[in-house]
Amino acid sequence: MRVTIEINGTERVLDDVWEGESLLYALRERAGLPGAKNACEQGECGSCTVYLDGRPVCACLVAAGQAAGHAVRTVEGLSTVDGELDRVQRAFLAAGAVQCGFCTPGLIVATHDLLARVPSPDDAQIREALSGNLCRCTGYEKILDAVRLAAGSPA
Amino acid sequence: MSTVPARTAQDLTADVAGGIGHSPQRPDGVLKVRGEFAYSSDLWADDMLWGATLRSPHPSARIRGVDTSAALALPGVYAVLTHADIPGPSKHFGLVVSDQPVLAIDEVRYQGEAVAVVAADHPETARRAVAAIRVDYAVREPVTDAAAARADDAPRVHPDGNIVRYARIRRGDPAPTADVVVRGEYAIGMQDQAFLGPESGLAVPAADGGVDLYVATQWLHADQRQIAPCLGLPQDKVRLTLAGVGGAFGAREDLSMQIHACLLALRTGRPVKFVYSREESFFGHVHRHPATLSYETGATRDGKLVYVKGSVVLDGGAYASSTPAVVGNATSLGAGPYEVPNVHMDVWGMYTNNPPCGAMRGFGSVQAAFGYESQLDRLAAALGLDPVELRLRNALHQGSTMPTGQVVDSAAAVREILTAVRDMPVPPTDPGTDPLGLPGGAGNTTHGEGVRRGIGYAVGFKNVGFSEGFDDHSTARVRLGVVGGEPVAVVRTAAVEVGQGHVTVQQQIARTELGVDRVVIPPADTSMGNAGSSSASRQTYLTGGAVRAACRAVRDRVLDRARARTGVRDGLDLAGGNVVDAGGAVLVPLAELLADGEIDETAVYRPRRTAPMDPDTGRQDFAHLQFAFCAHRAVVDVDTELGLVRVVELAAAQDVGKAVNPGALVGQIHGGSVQGMGLALMEEIQVEGGIVRNPSFTDYLIPTILDTPPMPVEVLELADPHAPYGLRGVAEPPTISAAPAVVAAIRAATGRPLTRIPVRPQDITG
Repeated sequence: MRVTIEINGTERVLDDVWEGESLLYALRERAGLPGAKNACEQGECGSCTVYLDGRPVCACLVAAGQAAGHAVRTVEGLSTVDGELDRVQRAFLAAGAVQCGFCTPGLIVATHDLLARVPSPDDAQIREALSGNLCRCTGYEKILDAVRLAAGSPA
Repeated sequence: MSTVPARTAQDLTADVAGGIGHSPQRPDGVLKVRGEFAYSSDLWADDMLWGATLRSPHPSARIRGVDTSAALALPGVYAVLTHADIPGPSKHFGLVVSDQPVLAIDEVRYQGEAVAVVAADHPETARRAVAAIRVDYAVREPVTDAAAARADDAPRVHPDGNIVRYARIRRGDPAPTADVVVRGEYAIGMQDQAFLGPESGLAVPAADGGVDLYVATQWLHADQRQIAPCLGLPQDKVRLTLAGVGGAFGAREDLSMQIHACLLALRTGRPVKFVYSREESFFGHVHRHPATLSYETGATRDGKLVYVKGSVVLDGGAYASSTPAVVGNATSLGAGPYEVPNVHMDVWGMYTNNPPCGAMRGFGSVQAAFGYESQLDRLAAALGLDPVELRLRNALHQGSTMPTGQVVDSAAAVREILTAVRDMPVPPTDPGTDPLGLPGGAGNTTHGEGVRRGIGYAVGFKNVGFSEGFDDHSTARVRLGVVGGEPVAVVRTAAVEVGQGHVTVQQQIARTELGVDRVVIPPADTSMGNAGSSSASRQTYLTGGAVRAACRAVRDRVLDRARARTGVRDGLDLAGGNVVDAGGAVLVPLAELLADGEIDETAVYRPRRTAPMDPDTGRQDFAHLQFAFCAHRAVVDVDTELGLVRVVELAAAQDVGKAVNPGALVGQIHGGSVQGMGLALMEEIQVEGGIVRNPSFTDYLIPTILDTPPMPVEVLELADPHAPYGLRGVAEPPTISAAPAVVAAIRAATGRPLTRIPVRPQDITG
């Protein structure tokens, strides 16, 4: 089937989409946007977190067809058009919160969403907001540092 | 506090921005935060096919027949291969022993063993083709009890018997006695590495009849060595390039989809991509060996260890993988980081029909540490001594003799790291009444009633690098040239970046050695010499040593050129992109010197060579290259009514010799600590009758950010004079000491014996 989705501000027409395909597969394999990651495809790890109409979702749990006619924003759509990094991306780099980086795109989108809702979160709020995003490398300490750093930076 | 300085002099002359001792931004960082870094599962080729694997549902069965005709008849299916399609000469692979069939040959030995592979034009088509393959199994009773598998009359998993390796130590008095003796039986469940990036890669058939494989692995050359003979190709026609690696932790040391993808690519003439699902990933890699341990520890009344007798059975599952090395570590390190005059260790690594087990962070040491540290706490209680004090009275130190007879020839800072964690500020004792700060968390299971606080300590240690006679080495090539008028160093190795930051370390070394700012690290591939594995906490030591050696060879030639050019003979150095004199004044810019041609040097770095342990006594004066130590203090709150645990704080102290990249190594200590905490509290692949019951992130739990406590870290730098820059391997020790420290804290809170990890609620509530 043909699916039309607004992705990072641009209308994209995806052809030959199988009805069982997830939004994650469509983004990664059909739209050329591999930033959302395929760590569990069971909605447990948060690595594929993207915005769907402004709300963070696990792209693996949304059928591609369900996203038709809706707006998706991925980690690739967070930096400005001229390539400048978002403050959350800058903070993850500066804090050393990136190791293997497989969880990073999902955590960056989840953090971006948190700071839009709660500009100055305390540690408990950060932990609650990111509790759906698994990281196996960092032990989360530097991810907390990154979120605190991003919260203190101009949006 | 420690009376020894936390830092010894280093053999570094200059402090270079972005060089050794700094924490510069990692070179792959921008791509990773943008979502543009190309992991192995992100690869794509124009006309590629998707691979899929048929796996055995049975832990043990004979195969009477395989019918692939229905699968081949499906539209969009391009190939279906069984073992009969493997060119050979080899149809087996294995890291140490080549005992595992690429595709099952007439029998399967574990649930999940690969039987057939498929290539199709869509992953769903490939899955349907796999489902259409008919296999006629004659199911057998699986061998699932590793200890019982030792019996002479036990059913055999492999024709030569079930013992992969038995090793032992016999040191000192054969029948030691002591004033106080404690005994304990302990068990450790099967832990999964649970890296996030699934097994994946892309094999591309090449015009010369060979194949190019882009893959996430830990050791490119070990993969190449195992793949080529199964494809009937010489090694130079099997070229591997590292694709982005989404974590490893040991699970990528063994092959997964590598040979399958190459076979299908060569058969179809098209690129073939594999990406395992999370469920398949649980069957697609080896796990941490489950273990049963029996320990007897004797001491004098004033708390000096007299003897340790340990017996350990490690379940290696269906194939050998790295079981021999795991056995070696559990044997030689099994008495702990203590001075013990009399040691008997007996360690078995076994074949069973359980999932294959191999490398995971700290292997062999993690299992033994739960035994010896639990024993030390038991002994402290029997002696009426503080557990830290007992450890201090027996702490290993430089000059101590290991149970193998090896004398520890650099710092062994057991005393220093223990006192460091003991003396850190303790978190406030009142956990409050907010459920989010209490055991059970958002489950809202308590407001503080039934909650008890406990504090526990543990020390762990690990051999760094490959031991017992392995010819450990690495290779690096460094080219210094000019790009855009600026000197640029290009550092090439086959060393694998798994997330630990090795690429950053390579840049730092080149900056420090060559005095240049710009350092390029091209992707690792097999056109370079063997770098060995990114495992055993060895890569900064080994490949770092190779990069340093290659840089120094380049530097020597640069300085020769500078001497010829300037006539200045002595005191020349490289700094800020220039050759400078002894006073730091610029003699000639590098860019000018290199106009005569770039300088290109390759170096192989070989540290001191280890040697095998005596099979009867374990005796060996140099079985291990280096030892690395970590200590933890865990503070926990336990809901004693529900058996729920909240770790309040997990403090660590570790001697790293030289903090080459302080930010990255603290990240390793944090991450390693949490993996140890996970083993203590929640992480277990549940295997019943050879069947895995929880192959998903829904049912196999790893710590989330809510489970993870603040982790203060104290880093000591006591240089090892034998190692490059004095450094000591970092990545594994934190995983070793974290688990026993957490369990000790739960014991302190509850008084329960807790002889098994992970600790389950029913172990706490009784």
